[in-house]
Amino acid sequence: MTQTDNNPWLTRLAVATALATFGLICVGGLVTSHGAGMAVPDWPTTYGEHMFLFPTSKWVGGVFYEHSHRLFASLVGLLTAGLTGWIWARETRGRARWVGLGAIAATLGLMGVRTQGMFVALAVVAVGVIGWSLFQIPRAERPIRWWAAIAFSVVLIQGVLGGLRVTALKDELGIFHGTLAQLFLVLVVAIAVVLSRGWRRAEKLPVYDRAGLRYFFAFTTAMILLQLILGATMRHQHAGLAIPDFPTAYGKWWPDLDADAITRYNASRNEIVGVKPITAAQVGLQMVHRIGAVLILAAVAWTAWVARRQLGGRSALTKFSLVWLGLILAQATLGVLTVLQNKPVDVATAHVAVGALSLVTGAMLTLTAMRLLPKPVREAEPFSGVPQPTAKLPA
Amino acid sequence: MFHILLARIFGAVLVCEKLITNRFELTMKSYLKCLTLALVAGSWQVAVAAEISGKVKLNGTPPPAASMEAKDAMCGGGGTKTYMTRHYVVGADGGLGNVFVYVKEGAAKTAPTADATTVLDQVGCEYTPYVMGVQTGQKFQIRNSDPGLHNVHAMPKPGSGNKEFNLGQPVKGMVTTKSFDNPEILVRFKCDVHPWMFAYVGVVEHPYFAVTDKDGNFKITGLPAGKYTVEAYHLKAGVKTAEITVGAEDKKSADFTLAVPPPAQ
Repeated sequence: MTQTDNNPWLTRLAVATALATFGLICVGGLVTSHGAGMAVPDWPTTYGEHMFLFPTSKWVGGVFYEHSHRLFASLVGLLTAGLTGWIWARETRGRARWVGLGAIAATLGLMGVRTQGMFVALAVVAVGVIGWSLFQIPRAERPIRWWAAIAFSVVLIQGVLGGLRVTALKDELGIFHGTLAQLFLVLVVAIAVVLSRGWRRAEKLPVYDRAGLRYFFAFTTAMILLQLILGATMRHQHAGLAIPDFPTAYGKWWPDLDADAITRYNASRNEIVGVKPITAAQVGLQMVHRIGAVLILAAVAWTAWVARRQLGGRSALTKFSLVWLGLILAQATLGVLTVLQNKPVDVATAHVAVGALSLVTGAMLTLTAMRLLPKPVREAEPFSGVPQPTAKLPA
Repeated sequence: MFHILLARIFGAVLVCEKLITNRFELTMKSYLKCLTLALVAGSWQVAVAAEISGKVKLNGTPPPAASMEAKDAMCGGGGTKTYMTRHYVVGADGGLGNVFVYVKEGAAKTAPTADATTVLDQVGCEYTPYVMGVQTGQKFQIRNSDPGLHNVHAMPKPGSGNKEFNLGQPVKGMVTTKSFDNPEILVRFKCDVHPWMFAYVGVVEHPYFAVTDKDGNFKITGLPAGKYTVEAYHLKAGVKTAEITVGAEDKKSADFTLAVPPPAQ
């Protein structure tokens, strides 16, 4: 992304959208942790009534979480629409401006037609908008408006995915919905960062990225994304805790996965809620998730060490790398507690939230490293063996 | 059983009609005599059907029931109510309740009963009964007897051929009629609004099934003479089967003993 002229209120709207999105992920986490994703069996209505007119007296039990999630999602959608419209208006002139703004307004208007068919049609159009925007980004001098268009399209698709997950009774859509939510958060946070005054004023660091720190950041962030996909797959199969102990798994370092063992595991569960029986695949998935956690912890620790060696201890990138390491340690702790305390709602939801923060932090470190760390120029710069003094990013 | 009765009546009438044509003038009086004979024969068939009864017992000490508090105004009655799991319902003499006992082999597939009065009810924010049985194709009712909303989410096993459904019942007295087309032991029902609410429905291709009461007793009636494999299925304590041969009027006893499974770790 390139920089854009600073408007503090636009930046604040972007930050508010990012914060609201994080809050929405937390509420969504509560929905799944409470097993309430199907508590409202219809969409876009709520028990046959208009979503915005559903009486509060009926916000009971699981309905409270699922209905709140839908309302919060509508707020995030509106904020994203406003952010996209504002960025589009600032970055375009003439017919392009009015076409873009008209498209946003028309989308919001058509969403007043509260039928599943209309929402699905808008989502199909949104996929096309994403494709067109990705085509335009490399060609645009100031591509931020295309990223904003992608954000608006993604939030619309997210809403439709959530609704279809309910009406089509498909766990797979829930997995995709949970994963796309995390990617959307990364996108809106990136937009907020790019719109910030600090980003606009940041200067390239006088240190070449000899160690390939940007690639460390990018690769480790990709590992976190894969781990999040595993986590979403586990949660959205609604089978509860597949392995009840830690660090062992059913008393072993690698659990038995044969049919008799799985029957034994299911027979010994004392589930208080109506979860599905666990399968061998789910037990295996949790084992891979545990191994992934160890690998990510090692990768983030290594990356933080490389950053400190290359940039020094006072570099902002180094400091945020250590924050990232702290988040991963917290995430690992929450994961262990989720197992040891039999998946309490608050701990499991916090695990989702910190996972989102870990992904966002890695993505922003990657973005910042790519912007501020120049690639080594082998011919022009003689090897001195001594790193250059570390420059500080503007506050 | 009613269709068996009708088939026998019809068969008896045909035989009588043929006899009358060959030997007697077909008169209404003779026809009625044959019809009466067929009715008697049919009712005798029903009256002498076999039955299998017995008791299911549990060996071992089950884990204590887990609890969950409901703060819902409808479920908690304005306060807080504690709901307990019903994985093990054990009587004073070790009898195990909620065991689905059914003929697994030996019984022919029969047309579902037209009786649609079998009800899965939602009372006091609990499903009643916890375990019940229906035939394939049999219509049964799902009722909301609570003064508030529930959703009814049926989750058949993947590959069973039965369709998952999730429907809202926001009003007291709402009744929805459903059926399952394929046999399955057992289909799980849950309420996503009240997470402690779940129940199970066994679906078989014939009417020869029962659910043990709280003391572990069961009775399967109306069986034709034959050799059967009877299975006692409990979600936690496992399954046991028995081979039973019954004659036309037999009342056989079959007791099962299940055991608390060892800890998984």
